[in-house]
Formats: sequence, C-alpha cells, structure tokens
Amino acid sequence: MGARQVLRHSSWICWKDLLEFSRSKIRLVMLVVMPLFMMVMVGFIFPTGNSISNQPVAIANLDTGASEMVNNTPIPLHLGNTFVSELSAINNKTGMMLMSTSTGFDDIKSRIQDGSITGGIILPSDFTSSLLHGYQGNVTIVTDQSNPQISAMMQEVLTQTIQAMGTEQAEYGLNSTFHVSLNMTVAMIQPFNVQARGIIPGNPNYFEFVAPGITAMVVMMSLMTGLPHAISYERDVGTLDGMLVAPTSRLSIILGKVMAQTVRGVVQAVIIFALAVGLFGVVIYGNIGLVAALILLTVFSFVGLGILITSFADREETATMVMMTLMFPMMFLSGVFFPIQQMPWYMQDVAYILPLTYSTSALRKVIVLGAGISAVWTDVLVLLVVGIALLAIAVPLFKKAMSR
Amino acid sequence: MSKMAIRTMNLTKKFGDFTAVDNVTFDVEEGEIFGFLGPNGAGKSTTIRVLCTLSKPTSGSVEVAGFDVVKEDSEVRKHIGLVSEKLIMYNELTARENLKLFGKLYDLPDDVLKKRVEELLSFVHMEKWADARIGTFSTGMKQRINVIRAMVNQPEILFLDEPTLGLDPQSTVEIREMIRKINTDLGTTMILTTHMMVDADMLCKRIGVIDKGKIVALDTPQNLKKMVSGTDSTTFEFEVPNLTQAMISSVQSLKCVGSVSQEDQTRIKIRATGDDSFDSLIDALRSKNAKITSAKSLEPTLEDVFLHITGRSVVDQVSDTVKPSLQDGPHRRPTGRVR
Repeated sequence: MGARQVLRHSSWICWKDLLEFSRSKIRLVMLVVMPLFMMVMVGFIFPTGNSISNQPVAIANLDTGASEMVNNTPIPLHLGNTFVSELSAINNKTGMMLMSTSTGFDDIKSRIQDGSITGGIILPSDFTSSLLHGYQGNVTIVTDQSNPQISAMMQEVLTQTIQAMGTEQAEYGLNSTFHVSLNMTVAMIQPFNVQARGIIPGNPNYFEFVAPGITAMVVMMSLMTGLPHAISYERDVGTLDGMLVAPTSRLSIILGKVMAQTVRGVVQAVIIFALAVGLFGVVIYGNIGLVAALILLTVFSFVGLGILITSFADREETATMVMMTLMFPMMFLSGVFFPIQQMPWYMQDVAYILPLTYSTSALRKVIVLGAGISAVWTDVLVLLVVGIALLAIAVPLFKKAMSR
Repeated sequence: MSKMAIRTMNLTKKFGDFTAVDNVTFDVEEGEIFGFLGPNGAGKSTTIRVLCTLSKPTSGSVEVAGFDVVKEDSEVRKHIGLVSEKLIMYNELTARENLKLFGKLYDLPDDVLKKRVEELLSFVHMEKWADARIGTFSTGMKQRINVIRAMVNQPEILFLDEPTLGLDPQSTVEIREMIRKINTDLGTTMILTTHMMVDADMLCKRIGVIDKGKIVALDTPQNLKKMVSGTDSTTFEFEVPNLTQAMISSVQSLKCVGSVSQEDQTRIKIRATGDDSFDSLIDALRSKNAKITSAKSLEPTLEDVFLHITGRSVVDQVSDTVKPSLQDGPHRRPTGRVR
C-alpha cells in the first residue's frame, strides 16, 4: 500500500474526527474552558510577592522606656513608640500589614491559633534601655508555622524592613556623632550592595513559569487521553470495524486519529498562549516558530505512548485507567507546576526519565528566557529518541491488536 | 457447478481455550443468499468476522472472492461489504457524509462517488434525509443507511450480521425486502446470520444451522423442514371453545393421528399422516359435538428444525433483550409444541 494512499485515507479519517468534534458544542466549549481553568487555577493559588498584602499582624510594644541623662537632667525616652510609628509609616506606603496592638506573646499566640492574625512583632520591656546602654534592641517576629510559605515571606520582609530602619538610624548616628557626611554613611554601614538582575527585562510572574508547562501538558493529554479514547470508543460502538473492513491500512486509521488529536492539541496550545499573553501578561521572548516546532515535537514524542495504551487496552474503561495512572506522575513530576530543582534528588532522577520533563524545560527556556535552538538541542534530541523508540514498539503492537 | 464466492475448509477459531468456531467447512455459491442460523454465541458472528478479515483464523483456510483472507486480506476487503450487528455509522455526521467517508476509504473518485451516493440514497428512498445527521434518525432509517453504506464499493459479497436485530416489525419487513432486492437486482452474494427463523426462511437459498461452533445441518429451508416433518405428516391446529376430554380421546383413536397435544383450554394441536387426515379429524371432533371456530395446518418451522437437530430451542438461549420473533406470515409459530 503506497504512502500516498495511507496519507489520503488518514486525512479523510482526520476530517471525519474533526467534523464529529466540531459538531459537539460541549467539546468545543471545553476546548477553551479547560486550559483557562488550568491557567487560572495554578496561576493564582501559588503565593507570589504580591500576595503579601494586608496581612493581619499584631504588635506588642512592651517597651517601658528609659531616661537619657542630658546635662545631668534625665529626659524620658520611649524608643519602642518611635519604632512602631516608623514601621507604620513604612507600612502605609507598602500596604503589607493590617497592624493591630497586642499585649504580649500569649495574646499573639492565641490570635495566631484562632487565625485572626498571621504574625506578630514583640518589642521587649528593655528595648529603650538596651539601646541607650549600647546594646542591640531585640525585635521578635512571631510566625504562623501552619502556613510556612507566608510565614517565611513575612519573616523575610519584616527583617528587611526592620534592618532598613536600623540602617537609617545608624546613618543618623554616624552623622551626628562623628560628623560623617550623609552621602557616605551608607557605604560605611553597608559596604556591599546586592542587586538581582534577570537575563530578560521585567519580573517574571508565576504564569510565565506555568504557561510553557501547561502547554506541554495539554498537548500530552490530548494525545494520551484523546487517542486511546477515540480508538477504543470506536471499537466499543462498532464503527472501527467499518474502517478495518475497508481496504485501508491500519496505519491510516492510527495516523488519521493522530492527525485529528494533534490539531486538537495544537489548537489548545494556541488558546493557552492567547490566554497567557492576553489575560495574564505573559511575554513570549523566544522565536514563535521554535515554540511551534517544540510543540509538534512534544506531540511526536507522545504519539507512541498513546498508541501503546490503545493497543493494550481492549476497552475504553481500561484505556482510561491505564492512561490516568501514567499521566498523574508525569503531570506532577515533570516540572509543570513545581521546578524539578526543588525536588529531592531521587525524585529528580524520576523526573528525568519522563519525556514531558524535557518538553516542559525546552519550552520554558525558549518562552521565558528567549533561548535559541542551541540551548535546547539536548531536550530536542531526547524527545526525538523517545518518540521514535515508543513508535517502534507501539506500531507493531497496534497492528497485532487490530486483528485479534 | 457455479462459481464459489466463498470456500471455507476446516475453519477453526479459538480464543484461548474456548473454541468459538470448530472445524467448519462450507461453500457459498455466487449470487446466493446463504444463512447462518443459530442462537447467540453459537459462532455465527465469529465466522463472519473471519470471513471479513476482521479476525484471523486459528487454523483452516478461507477464500473469499477468490482471495485468501489471511494472505490477501486487502484484496478480499475490496470485494466485500459488512453490515455488522452494531451500526457502522457516525451519529454526528449526516447520511451523505457517512457514505462519503467510506467511499473515500475505497478510493472512489469524486464523480463516481457522488453519483453512487445519489443512487444508493434513492434506492432506499432516503434522498430527503441525505443531509440530516444520523443521530436524528429512527432505528429503521439508520439501518437502511447502514446497509447502503456497506454497498458503497459495490461489493460482490455482502455480509449481514443480524441485520434485523432490534428493529420494529415494519422496519424488519423493509430491511428484508431491501436485502432481497439487492440480491435480485445486483446479483450480490449474501451471507446472513440470524437467530430469527423468519428471516432465514424467507430470504435464504441455503441455511447452515450452527450450534456450539459446528455446522450441524446445511441445506435449503425446504429440505431442512422435511427433516422434521418426515414425508407427509402435517400438524393441524384446531380451536374448539367447548373442548372436552372425550373429543381428544376420539381424535387420538384415529389411525392417521400421530400425536395430540392440548395447547390451552380451547386449542389442540394434532399431528396426522395421510391426504384425507384433515376430514377424518373434523369428523371425529364433530361426532362429539365440537364447535370448531378455527382450523389450520401448520408447516414445521425452522425452529422445529433447530430443536430437532440440537434438542434445544433457539429462543431459550437468546438474551432477554431480544424478543423471539412472532411475526405475521405463514410461518408463525405458536407457543407450545407437538410431542
């Protein structure tokens, strides 16, 4: 049977599948809704710097104050109050906290327990006197350990704020005590200035992280679920026999189905990008052509797996079960939602077996970092090899399964 | 001897330890309608699937349209059409689109395909519905399209697996007429499986009775029925509202009577031999003051044949969803049985 005939037959089967698909309104709606849900869901549930705002924080100012002797005259001082008012002045600008007052650690503890605050700040009773006697003033930050993400961020932000306040005070001290010019005080107190700079302009948001991963995942899903479903469904209702009894190569049937599912997957990928760029402010830095090529390569690497499941699963139900079992680890271990580098080493090893890892990583490099082909060629190579290997196993098995 | 459309030699098909088709040998002549009769699970559908190249035989050889089903499967496929038990149609597509898809899989050029689709649609009087989706059709309409879909490549041999299954009586008659018309007009060889006695009796030139994977009898419907009835014994049914035991005894005492069975309060069935047996029976009943409201002779049915050969009833083994055929027509078989 000639290659042209196989192609001709498969494009008619593809035409049929797409026609069926396009006449089902629910399926058309889901085509858009599914990626939208995915984006919104994973894009918004993860905490970002912006999510630290209006956090209810209680401040227990236990400072009793002290007197400073100026010209043998005691002048009462209350540096705790000064600290609190400075903090609230900063907070007014950032809107990070909803500040309230507290009576001490026990009060803060019970309020964290009942969930009315997410953190607390305690100034001890000797705050002023320590400072006056040449010691450091202690500031205790109480965190909510049940919410590690928020508490870590609160701790960091508060530490930074308080240190900035300290620096400002020190600058003032240097200036007034040693008459150092205010322009130079910063360099004396903090000789090192740390700056973070990405390789692309702007601050990447979480959507930029997940959009490439979700694209790869949706393409994978359309082949891994769509393909076995399309074939085992036709087998169950009996229409597959109609194609098998026609003088059509088994290859045309599977190829036609693959073509239809690829169109579906690519359309979904385009929808994801449209949503990401239009709604979530994602910028694609890389070459669009390279992105498209990577998506098609992802399709190629998963076709074999889809066919393999189809050959093993004699019924639609079995196909769904097998596919779910395979898909879940891929979804969570391939760096779609969490960076692989955050995983323990043994999980990283598992991740590097999964082809989705390579396609996610390549897409991310190109989309977020604007990488060219030279940066992703190892990923491309892995995907190609995996795709060819899986097809080499799957196609003969499929042909065998079709003539039981 | 005429040319053979199908030659089957010692065909066996096993699924694991289960033998679905057991060493079956038969030929089908060109242009005949050949019936497979048997209960569900007897091996009819499996045989059809092997003949259609959908399933590979475990052993034995099968030639369809002169080609081997294993070695030359793609040649076989060009010459056959399949009307399966399940409809081979896509509900979301229109009748025309369904026909077009399958025509394209047979590599029909556009102009030929277009013309043929119109011909087929008018053959079943469905031109009006050509552009409506299959999903909106009644079961009978679906089956009409399903049959012409199998004809899109003008097959020499058409396989029909339970073509009247699940159809209402009117559609059953329609489809039956259609099958007969295709056979006479186009000379298409047909292989039909059914557990409906009426279908087999009315349509088939020859019938293979299949049971537990084996062909237990193969002959014309007439000859098969003779196997049961013997040479000239006939079964009569009388309806007598004032039926008494005395009447039954009187009939039983007649020489020509083989057996008598009482069907219910008013009906008796009598098997008798001889040309004048009917008159003798009426006389015997009248002599006991019987008021006969109806009397008719019953020909043996294919179900009797099946029962005779296998010792079991066909209907007994048919799944609950399929009602035994109680069609109108001369071969209606009442419940109960002459023994």
